[in-house]
Amino acid sequence: MQIVLKQIEILGRNTLYYFYDLGGMGLFLLQSLSGIFRAPFRFRALLKEIKVIGAHSFVVIFFTAAFTGMVLGVQGYYTLSKVGSEGALGSAVALSLIRELGPVLTALMVTGRAGSAMCAELGIMRISQQIDALECMAINPYRFLIAPKFLATLVAVPLLTLLFNVVGIYGGYLTGVKLLGVNPGAFFSGMEQSVLNKDINLGIIKSFVFAVIIVWICTGRGFLLLKIRSTGFGAESVSRVTTQAVVLSSITVLLWDYLLTAMLL
Amino acid sequence: MNGAIIQFVDVHKSFTSANGTVQRVLKGVDFSINSGMTTVIGGASGQGKSVAIKLILGLMKPDTGKILIEGKDITTMRSRELNEVRSNFGVLFQGVALFDSMTVYGNVALPLQEKTKLPADEIHKRVMASLAQFGLSGHEDKFPAQLSGGMQKRVGLARALQLQPKIMLFDEPTTGLDPARSLEIYRLFHKIQQEMKYTSVIVSHDIPKIFNLADQVVVMHEGMAKVFNNSEDIQRSNDPIIQDFVQMTMGHIYQSRLENE
Repeated sequence: MQIVLKQIEILGRNTLYYFYDLGGMGLFLLQSLSGIFRAPFRFRALLKEIKVIGAHSFVVIFFTAAFTGMVLGVQGYYTLSKVGSEGALGSAVALSLIRELGPVLTALMVTGRAGSAMCAELGIMRISQQIDALECMAINPYRFLIAPKFLATLVAVPLLTLLFNVVGIYGGYLTGVKLLGVNPGAFFSGMEQSVLNKDINLGIIKSFVFAVIIVWICTGRGFLLLKIRSTGFGAESVSRVTTQAVVLSSITVLLWDYLLTAMLL
Repeated sequence: MNGAIIQFVDVHKSFTSANGTVQRVLKGVDFSINSGMTTVIGGASGQGKSVAIKLILGLMKPDTGKILIEGKDITTMRSRELNEVRSNFGVLFQGVALFDSMTVYGNVALPLQEKTKLPADEIHKRVMASLAQFGLSGHEDKFPAQLSGGMQKRVGLARALQLQPKIMLFDEPTTGLDPARSLEIYRLFHKIQQEMKYTSVIVSHDIPKIFNLADQVVVMHEGMAKVFNNSEDIQRSNDPIIQDFVQMTMGHIYQSRLENE
């Protein structure tokens, strides 16, 4: 009997923590959004964050896109040549990149590169009382710390996605046309006919939604460290919360990728 | 000048840890701090000293009881009013809490840049003057991690004093410093306080060293606070808890006369 009661107690406590956590993240999102519209606006901080999140991700996005496009060229050729329609390679590569792989892989790479960094930075600021210090100076930490990261991610992720698409398509061109000998005219004209505005819009909407997911989860987990259910202390708590943020953000990106595709098909 | 500026009225606070055990840290704390005075809040580790500071700053709310700052209860305030009250405070945190991705200059200038509308050259003038006052000239382009512990404390103090606070809170200001450096820091506190006339609240476990600074000592023990007006009162107290505390944590009491020479 005692054991059963104990289990029920643990279940109840975990449920409470779960909702407390969810509520905390919800409030965090609202506070961050209101922080964006508070004066004075930190323009220089925004530029710096765009550089850190966007420009510094350029190389990793470039290589991920190039190899993804090259693989798509080879795999697409292999599949399409079975049914004798190698000419459709251009549209196959472009559509899978623009609708799906561009936004998703960009979001995952940005989560790994910039999201983890944001989370760890805020987590360390929390445990070393730097966020408390801001509050004591009556400086709104949402405006000061979170708003520049939020806006910078919203600017950087869609641009990186577009870069990913362009580089990826040229990767596919390289293997498909230059290596495997698909007709370059067929490659590009097929692409031109099959890629519609609708497809490009879907990709852009996805990249904005993913940007919000990344910055919300990664900054939120770091900022709320010690405020929500503690996962340890000191350096260990920062490392755990960073891992947690990256995993949670990646899974949420994939989940919403499915939902958006299903909704907007 | 006189009159209570900070008052604790029957404050209770407890924490629930992850495994569900409840720890009662404050069990009905009552004391008041008068304007312009120096109060030392002492007590062994884990007796709620840091909690008291967080309560004063409104970073934490008590379970029951009131905390009055200049007669206004901060436990029921909305965040905007709380921010107004906080603008009276300067804080030196236990770990100093300097913004470690900003330079010394950036740290000290931040309150002026964010909370005042002063032009950039005026801010520059004030920051350089205050760095000179704290013996930090020439270090303005360094990052906090490149400074010694004592210098970090001085940067923290310079930052906290930029907006001329009415109340300065020091959370364990000498943690991690050797005895000579701690004395140097306390002398600096004393000197600056005489210039700026703020009310000072020092949370510390090394009470003996700062007796000559304190007008009042609040000893926290087992969730209660006991107030003493000078060191003799503490030593003469016949309360067994306080006698224990005196013997365990204080030992030899410094003579303030020797210190002043």
